[in-house]
Amino acid sequence: MIILENINKSFKNVKVLNNLNISFEDKKITVVIGRSGEGKSVMLKHIVGLLKPDSGRVLFNDIDLNSINKKELNELRKKFGMVFQDGALFDSINIFENVAFPLRQHLKLSEGDVVKKVISALNDVGLSGIESKMPAELSGGMRKRVAVARALILEPETVLFDEPTTGLDPIMSDVINNLIISTQKHFKYTGIIISHDIEGAYKTADTIAMLYEGAIIEKGDAEKFKTSDNPVVRQFVTGSMIGPIVI
Amino acid sequence: MDFILRYFEKIGLFVLYIINELGSLIIYLWNCILSILRYSVNVNNLFDQMAFIGMDSFYIVGLTGLFVGMVLSLQAYYAARIVGVTYMIGPTVALAMTRELGPVLTALMITARCGSSMASEIGTMKISEQVDALEVMAVDPFYFLSVPRIIASMVMLPIMSIVTSLIGIFGGYVVYKFFLGLNGAVFVDMIYKYIKLSDIYNGLLKAVFFGIILATISTFKGFEASGGSKGVGRVTTQAVVLSSIYILFADYILTSILF
Repeated sequence: MIILENINKSFKNVKVLNNLNISFEDKKITVVIGRSGEGKSVMLKHIVGLLKPDSGRVLFNDIDLNSINKKELNELRKKFGMVFQDGALFDSINIFENVAFPLRQHLKLSEGDVVKKVISALNDVGLSGIESKMPAELSGGMRKRVAVARALILEPETVLFDEPTTGLDPIMSDVINNLIISTQKHFKYTGIIISHDIEGAYKTADTIAMLYEGAIIEKGDAEKFKTSDNPVVRQFVTGSMIGPIVI
Repeated sequence: MDFILRYFEKIGLFVLYIINELGSLIIYLWNCILSILRYSVNVNNLFDQMAFIGMDSFYIVGLTGLFVGMVLSLQAYYAARIVGVTYMIGPTVALAMTRELGPVLTALMITARCGSSMASEIGTMKISEQVDALEVMAVDPFYFLSVPRIIASMVMLPIMSIVTSLIGIFGGYVVYKFFLGLNGAVFVDMIYKYIKLSDIYNGLLKAVFFGIILATISTFKGFEASGGSKGVGRVTTQAVVLSSIYILFADYILTSILF
C-alpha cells in the first residue's frame, strides 16, 4: 500500500503540497483529479522518489522512501512503472529499443526472449509492426500506448499515469482509458492516475480523490463525486467558471 | 556611496555564484565516480560515445591541426630568418603542437563539437522527462548518460590530441619544404634532436584532464536545463563557454606543474 503522510512541498516559497494525506489501495485504480498547477504531478513524483518532501513521509509497503539509500530506492523503483504525460520515450532509439530498455537494464534475457516480450507488450497495447519506427514518427496516442507497453514490461506492482489522456482526441482518450482498465485487470497492478479528465476518471477509477490547494479535499467512488455537495468539487466536475475556485 | 556598495554587492554575488557552481560541479563529479564504482560501465554506450568524440571528430581536429601547423611554420620562419635559425622551425612547430596547441585546440574543438551536443542532448532529455523516466526505471542517469561520456572523452582526447599534433607537424613540414623551399630533412632531424618523450606524454596528460573537464561540465550543464528550448540553448552556451574557460585555466595550471 502507498501512503502519503503529511506531505509538504514548496518551490521558491510557493507552497505546492500542503499537509497532503492520501493512501492508495492495492490492486485498485485511484484517479487524483484537480486543476492544472495544483501539484498533481509533484505528488506523483514524490511517490517514486523523484522529489523529496520538505516534511512528511511517503510509505511504500511500510518502507519510508526518505529513509532508504539510493541503491535501495532503485530496487524499490523496479516495482513501479510510470507513464509520463508526453510518454517520455527516448527519442534517440526506436520503439523496439524503447520497450526493451527496462528488460535489457534489469533482466539477463536472451535476445530471442527480449524480442518475444517486446512484441507481446506492443500487441497488448494494440500496436504491432511499428518496432522499427522512431518515437517522432508516431502520433501522440501511439506514443502513449508505447509508454504504457514500456511501463508494463517488467510487470510492476504499481503503475503511475501522469495525465494519460491530455492532448488526445476523445476517441483516443477512450482507447487509452480502456487500455488502462484492461491492463489493470490483466496485470492486477495498483494504478494511480492523475488527470483533469472527469469522464475518464469516472470510467477508470475505483476511487477518485480531488487535490485542491495542495491537499485532498474529497475522496470516494465516482457516484460520490457525481453527487458531492462540496462546492469546490461541484464546480470542478461540472466545469463551471462560477464558484469558489479562484481562476 | 550606494553605487560603490552595489558594485561590491555584484562582485560578491558573482563570487558566490562561482563557488556555488564549482561546489555543485564537484558534487556532480563525485556522484559520477560513485556510479562508476556502483555499476559496471555500459560498454556499447561507451563505444558509441568514443566513436562520436573520436572518429567523428577526426576531420575537424585534423583540419585544425593542419592549418595551425602550417601557420606556425610560416610565422616561425619570419622570426627565425631574422636571427638565422630557420633550422629550429621544426622543433618549434613540434614542441608547440605536442606540448600546447595539440591538446588545447583539440579540447576546444571537441568542446564546440561534442560538449555542446552533450549539453543539448541531456538538456532535451531533462526537459522532456526522459531523465525522470530513466530514474523511475531504476537506471542511474549519471551512470547511463554521464559516465560513458566522461570516460570516452578522457580516453579519446589524448588520442585525438596525437592526431592534431601529428597533422599539425605534417602541415608545418609541408610549408617548410614546399612553400619556403627549405630542407625537409633538417625539419625532421631537428625535431628528433630537440623533442623529448616527456614533451609528448605531458601533453597527453593535459589532454586527459581536458577530456574530463569538458565532458563533466557539458553533461553537468545538460542536467541543469529547465524551461523549454530556451533553457536548453542557455545551458548549451554555458557548457561551451565554461568548458573553454576551465580548459584554458587548467592548461596554465598544468603547464606550470608539468613543464
